[in-house]
Amino acid sequence: MTERDLSHPWMANSAPGALKAMMDEIGVSSPREVFQQIPEDHFRTTPLDLPPQLSSELALRRDLVGKLKKNGDCETNLSFLGAGVWQHHVPAVVDEIVGRTEFATNVWGSYQSDHGRNQAWFEFSSQLGALLNLEVVQLPVYSWGCAIGHAIRMAARITGRSKVLLPRLSDPERLSVIRTYCKPEGMAGRIEIVLVDADPTSGRMDLNDLKSKLGSDIAAVYFENPAYLGTIETEAAEIAQAARAVGAETIVGVDPISLGVMTAPGDYGADIVTGPVQPLGVHMQCGGGAGGWIASRDEETYVTQYNGFLVSIVETIQEGQHAFGLACPHQNSYGMRENGNDWTGNSTYLWAIAGAVYMSLLGPQGFQEVGTLIVSKARYAAKKLDAIPGVKIVWPDTTFKEFVVNFDDTGKSVAEINDALRGQGIFGGKDISGEVESLGQSALYCVTEIHSADDIDRLVDTLKEIVQ
Amino acid sequence: MTRLPDFHAAKWDEPVIYEIGRQGARGQIFDAPEKRVADAVGTDLIPHAMSRKDTPDLPEITEFEAQRHFLHLSQMTLGMMGISLFGTCTMKYNSKAAEFATLRPELAEVHPFQHPDTLQGVLEIIHDFDGILQNLSGMDQFIFQAGGGADAAYTMATVARAYWADKGMLGQRTEMVTSVQAHPCNPATAAAAGFDVVNLPLEENGYPYLEALKAAVSEKTALIMINNPDDMGIYNPEIKEWTRIAKEAGALCFYDHANFNGVMGKLSARELGFDACMFMLHKTFGAPKAGGGPAVGAFGCTAQLAPYVPGPVVVKEGDSYILDEDRSKSTGKVREYWGNVPQVVKAYAWARAMGAEGINLASDISVVANNYMDKKLAEIPGLEISNPDNGAWRMEMTRWSLGPLTEETGVSTVHFANRMADYGIDPYWMSHEPWIVAEPFTPEAGELWSKEDIDTWIAVIAKIAKEARENPDMVKSAPHNQPVAQAKGDAFEDPAKWAMTWRAYQRKVIGDETKKGVA
Repeated sequence: MTERDLSHPWMANSAPGALKAMMDEIGVSSPREVFQQIPEDHFRTTPLDLPPQLSSELALRRDLVGKLKKNGDCETNLSFLGAGVWQHHVPAVVDEIVGRTEFATNVWGSYQSDHGRNQAWFEFSSQLGALLNLEVVQLPVYSWGCAIGHAIRMAARITGRSKVLLPRLSDPERLSVIRTYCKPEGMAGRIEIVLVDADPTSGRMDLNDLKSKLGSDIAAVYFENPAYLGTIETEAAEIAQAARAVGAETIVGVDPISLGVMTAPGDYGADIVTGPVQPLGVHMQCGGGAGGWIASRDEETYVTQYNGFLVSIVETIQEGQHAFGLACPHQNSYGMRENGNDWTGNSTYLWAIAGAVYMSLLGPQGFQEVGTLIVSKARYAAKKLDAIPGVKIVWPDTTFKEFVVNFDDTGKSVAEINDALRGQGIFGGKDISGEVESLGQSALYCVTEIHSADDIDRLVDTLKEIVQ
Repeated sequence: MTRLPDFHAAKWDEPVIYEIGRQGARGQIFDAPEKRVADAVGTDLIPHAMSRKDTPDLPEITEFEAQRHFLHLSQMTLGMMGISLFGTCTMKYNSKAAEFATLRPELAEVHPFQHPDTLQGVLEIIHDFDGILQNLSGMDQFIFQAGGGADAAYTMATVARAYWADKGMLGQRTEMVTSVQAHPCNPATAAAAGFDVVNLPLEENGYPYLEALKAAVSEKTALIMINNPDDMGIYNPEIKEWTRIAKEAGALCFYDHANFNGVMGKLSARELGFDACMFMLHKTFGAPKAGGGPAVGAFGCTAQLAPYVPGPVVVKEGDSYILDEDRSKSTGKVREYWGNVPQVVKAYAWARAMGAEGINLASDISVVANNYMDKKLAEIPGLEISNPDNGAWRMEMTRWSLGPLTEETGVSTVHFANRMADYGIDPYWMSHEPWIVAEPFTPEAGELWSKEDIDTWIAVIAKIAKEARENPDMVKSAPHNQPVAQAKGDAFEDPAKWAMTWRAYQRKVIGDETKKGVA
């Protein structure tokens, strides 16, 4: 192969002569000479065997798009999947801003060269704090489950206790992550997870069971509002009060898109609040839109326990000017290695910018409208589905955007029903049969602002035919 | 003579978003529910106890004002639009073709719980990319659930937990051994996972003594976590002995392949004796960094460890791809779902566009360019290379020290970095903690940047070193051509002054007592 053949659009020094010019300058005749530190018997014995190079963008695009087109998506199909990843409207301006190359490619400069990004980060925390009625919001960690895991570990450090209470009706996906964070049995510093029963008539936390398990050994109580199965926790203030009475922290998980119509967790006694960033203008992306934030009151007890990036507004040396930088930067693992709070690293900070744009576009009225729209459509869907013979809504009139649909009386499994729906271009709700024994053949349906009344009627009509 | 850029950053004097807009201004409108929906459900939908009474304090601005505001912020982010030789992070071109492919609804509007029949395209890409990484490393299985390099290190620690629990030895294998210059994520994640961390000091050759390793590993060692080459650009030639000694003690060996760019195509983690390794797709494999994620730490391991990895694992069965969740020995999830899928697709695109020949050429260019850069940096008075007695060519990056210049002028590496931005050059990476040399900086040229870019970068370094001697106060008070001046750092550590939200700022600094919240 001639040297010319190797010239590649992504490597300036692959152009003919460029590499040689540098080698001449340092006085080597072959690239292999600069690898002199590596002993001969360390070099790999087999040459790379990779698929053929696609250095032409046209060829690369053909390969990528050709493969991706084998997917079915939630735009072509009508989807009612949720359970941690939800289809919401993403305003076009959000896509433009997160697609800006400066935001996509930056890594870490100075507070001055990163000024715009850092301001966007601060505006994410500020606006989310306003929705939560809390004054400290950390930039998002990897996911909601990871945020809960860190929050539980914060609570364990704050209280010096090592047992936490979680709802029995928790999302198994998030719960698996939380269990990982709390460490397995037999491991030093393990945090024990105890599950609190649900009231079978409402899906909400059973307060009697909660109170029987609360004690001076409990570091924290965690619950979600709305919960995994969509139910609204009306007794949140009582739960927080009961936790506080035994010196435990109250950790709450909330869906930020609900906060135009639902009470801010800062107003019912939550100490640490977590939630997903994805509803705030991030596409689903096969779950690649996940990200989870942590928030609290502005108290040193909490602030000094965060694991990641807290962005503070500060003055500059020029009168009347502001900049943005990291508060308490020395408590994380970059500064403290194994002695820091948990660990941090690359996370999901681009989604903080998406969230900042999204919240500024919606404003107070937009959040009120979208919340009303979601809960109205979800209730409408639930009512219409409940009217289908053999189909029933498990906890009617108590949910936000998700609800459990039971199919036991249809004689069909959720798997069979979802297969039939898929044949009609509809993705039915997540099959939760087997997750909770008492719920039988059930699916978790998600309805949001993207569903029109016609979309919902189409689901209902199609389901009627399938279960007949 | 290289001409230096006569640069000035965009300076919009952009207000905080709360300072713009007007009451009732709208950026997005949602129509009321259709009449038949409203008629069916009414308006009293949220239980009273949970029905929001207050109005959240959010900005009220138009769609255009939001667009303009955030475009201004993007323009006040240097973000590699100059020259960024940011060591340890391997700055690359982030392909727009790959980016645009992932924005298509066939990926952006896909739900991870869709039936696998509707996920065949993305699963095929993940499966094929797994194969590419297997070939680059010699490992048998890769997963992409970890949301970054640190998360992949955490994955290793949790896999080690599950492995030793399965052997009934979790109570005995309680230690993780690493070196003091390993990335902080290795000791930090191992500690968070419950292991005791044993740090080996560096010796004059730049890496820990083999004897120190022999003394540190024992029947208590669960795993070792090590990178190679390190951030000084030094390759540990005893690494095969390391894995042999660790394995003799029964420990698992994890290769933090953060610094893969200079050895890709040259080394195989498996052939060096490692049981597992990690690649950062947002560094070596061309996915964007996005200011700190979404990222991917691709975790790979041998068949021996594969049963313990977090699920699901993408598996090919006949002609179709499935998500295998039925793994009884799995350590459990480190994150929900199967990873930052768009970044996996972008990394796949990078590997396909580069091919084996491109990858081999890129590691050649990376190492040659770094040594070219070292030669030029050595000509600038006041700079000192780390481990000066090691006369060998360095790998793809080199740790340098400004110590002599700082002693002479009082200009520190932080001052120096601040001043770089005044020339449109991204401030360099200094060093992870602990600082092993005084006033460190760590350039890495990689395969992206041209020789002309590198020459400009060097010329800027030389110019600032000259400025430090001629006008140190000007350098210390830099930057002067940026959107803002130096931040006053005292507030970052002061509970009375730090303000992580606009509301906290109003309460603490402006003294607005109407803002709720607890001091």
